[in-house]
Amino acid sequence: MKQFIERHTFWAVMIMIAVIVFAWALFAVWPEWLIDAIGRKKTFVNTLFNGITLGGLYFIVASGFTLVFGLMRNVNLAHGSMYLLGGYIGYEVAEASGSWFLGLIVAFLAIAITGVLLQVLVFRRMEGDDLRQTLITIGISIIAADLMLAVWTGTTYQFDPPEWLYGAVNLPIISVIKSSGDAVYIKYPMYRLSVLVVAIAVGIALWLFLNRTRIGMMIRAGVNDREMLSASGVNVQLVFALVFGIGAGLAGFAGVIGGTALSIAPGEDVRYLLASLIVVIVGGLGSVPGAAIGALLIGLAEQFGLAYFPTYGVVLTFIIMVVVLAVRPQGIMGGR
Amino acid sequence: MSGFVRKTLVVAAALSISGTAVAQDSIKMGALATLEGAFTVLGEDGMRGVKMALEEFGYEAGGKKIELITGSSDASPDSAVRAARKLVEQDGVPILIGPLSGSEGLAIKDYAKTQPDVTFLNGTSAAQDTTLRAPAENFFRFSTDGAQWMAGLGEYAYNEKGYRKVAVLAEDYSFPYTQVFGFLEPFCRLGGEAPIDARFWVPIGNKDYSSVIAALPDDVDAIYVALGGADAVNFLTQFEQAGGELPLIGGSITVDQSVLGSKGRTRQFVVGTPSAGPVSDTWDDPRWAAFVAAYQKQFPDGFPSPSLFAHGYYINTKAALLALNEVGGDLSDGGKKYREALSNLEFDTPTGMVKLDERREAIADIFLTEVIEGPDGNLLNKTIKVIPQVNQTLGVPYEKFLEYGQVGRENPSCE
Repeated sequence: MKQFIERHTFWAVMIMIAVIVFAWALFAVWPEWLIDAIGRKKTFVNTLFNGITLGGLYFIVASGFTLVFGLMRNVNLAHGSMYLLGGYIGYEVAEASGSWFLGLIVAFLAIAITGVLLQVLVFRRMEGDDLRQTLITIGISIIAADLMLAVWTGTTYQFDPPEWLYGAVNLPIISVIKSSGDAVYIKYPMYRLSVLVVAIAVGIALWLFLNRTRIGMMIRAGVNDREMLSASGVNVQLVFALVFGIGAGLAGFAGVIGGTALSIAPGEDVRYLLASLIVVIVGGLGSVPGAAIGALLIGLAEQFGLAYFPTYGVVLTFIIMVVVLAVRPQGIMGGR
Repeated sequence: MSGFVRKTLVVAAALSISGTAVAQDSIKMGALATLEGAFTVLGEDGMRGVKMALEEFGYEAGGKKIELITGSSDASPDSAVRAARKLVEQDGVPILIGPLSGSEGLAIKDYAKTQPDVTFLNGTSAAQDTTLRAPAENFFRFSTDGAQWMAGLGEYAYNEKGYRKVAVLAEDYSFPYTQVFGFLEPFCRLGGEAPIDARFWVPIGNKDYSSVIAALPDDVDAIYVALGGADAVNFLTQFEQAGGELPLIGGSITVDQSVLGSKGRTRQFVVGTPSAGPVSDTWDDPRWAAFVAAYQKQFPDGFPSPSLFAHGYYINTKAALLALNEVGGDLSDGGKKYREALSNLEFDTPTGMVKLDERREAIADIFLTEVIEGPDGNLLNKTIKVIPQVNQTLGVPYEKFLEYGQVGRENPSCE
């Protein structure tokens, strides 16, 4: 920290100023001229939170995707189907048992098992043939989409989360001061805040798992050089199956989390696959911190686009992708 | 391999020749609806409408058997044209029912102009210009358009509800443009306001409305929402979660059965939302009651009450079958006589009499409704008023109506 300030005094000052301006924008009551220039504070703060929480959701989906790629060089294009299937299974379990949390856990486990089965029964047969594996995943995603349509029809499903997660809470951020002198606080949906908490928890858990456990060490070694890892006596197949299970399980988990925040319906699979792809392209394939940064950027871009120029908002996401590809083709945190 | 292909081709050719021979006593009918994407549920209900009409006629019209071939699109114009081409050019259907969504209708109308011997009947697509400007000779719409569906709602919001200023949230394509126009035209003529910068247009299939909800202005009396299918479900849930308190005014497919009947939390807060459209769940008319009973009997897994998609597809299919009866199933002249019969057709539907104007657009009754909670907890649309025989130009002469300009994001400007 101290070194950074000494070496890059200019940038350190700039970052300080940015942080102060940002904090002021968040907590101060906005003067008239600012409202005239960029609209009401309520819109800005809400959009900011929406972007961050959507980024959290994207991170949960994309972290599994990037983990699998990092280790196996296998772009799992059926990742979106895992998301959707997790959502449907979670819904069925939550409906039958009346417990949303049980739905969440079962969705994670069921999709994790599906992932392990896929790895053992399908991908192991074409070991090392990355292109073939990727093409197979496209086939699986198409078949899975039609099967799910047959079972769950095209209806939109929405979860019923526990009551304490529903509704809105007041944030300690003042939106405007009324003429009577009362402060109006900004309201925000409780559930979306919980999504953010869960995403951070998943991020920390993944970091601990990868950096502080023996298996995590093996996975990191496998990312660097899988031939060397298997030569040193590690059962690589077991590690592969485990990673695939965790990656898929996270997608199923996200299916319930995302299905509660938004909804689940046919077509969601492709949407989240596309989102994960963009997130990992921006963040860098194979890097979990990269997925976090990418998810945050894409989430913010989507939400600010939607709020401030809804018609052309979609373009913003792709501008980010184009800029990243032009300036740093391997992605923000991508190595090599 | 090429030997196999050649053999298949020969067999296919032989089959198609024998197919035309058999066609003497059966007629193929194509039905096209959105069975993919954000409007899947809507398309499924549309197909139920087609099957209801066919069932009613015992899959027979004009002394010939009707063979139903279905096609699927995803609400994008190119997917609709692709599916229509497959039905017309590969399956060789002489009659096509569909499509479901507004911009699909515009594309199919243009496609219809290239297939003069095929007769096209609309499904439920309700963009205004499908029939208003440059209509196709062989495209018929026995279901009304999105502006007709709004008849009476603008007046009701201004006079009865007392709203003076509204924000608008709608999907960004031709059908919601038509609906917004139909609602705002009378609302603004009476003196209501809908500022251009308080109109939000989102893409079809948008899931996350939280930022749009945050951007909605505080100083309006109500929000006019024209979203459909999964989009409407997502918006309503997020609006409730965000603690939204403004009253809503619904487009025809925003608070209909395809949304009210969806799985999950019941949306009590939409009770009282006014809307208007071609159907009303609680209309106490024996024709409607019989239609609802037939729907519930035939499709126990359908909605509690048929949506306007089942209704629109049913009416258009029924028109197709009635006209076939009239010409005795004779399409040998490229369907000329058949289309003449269609143009002059006037018949009784579950929602009253329907007939066509000179651009082959329906003139029919429209219902002004309000959401209530039904006896068994289902949300329903209660009939407030029936507006009889609404035509496409909303009562003004054709030439004058054209001066209002094409529907779009800023029409009417309300200034």
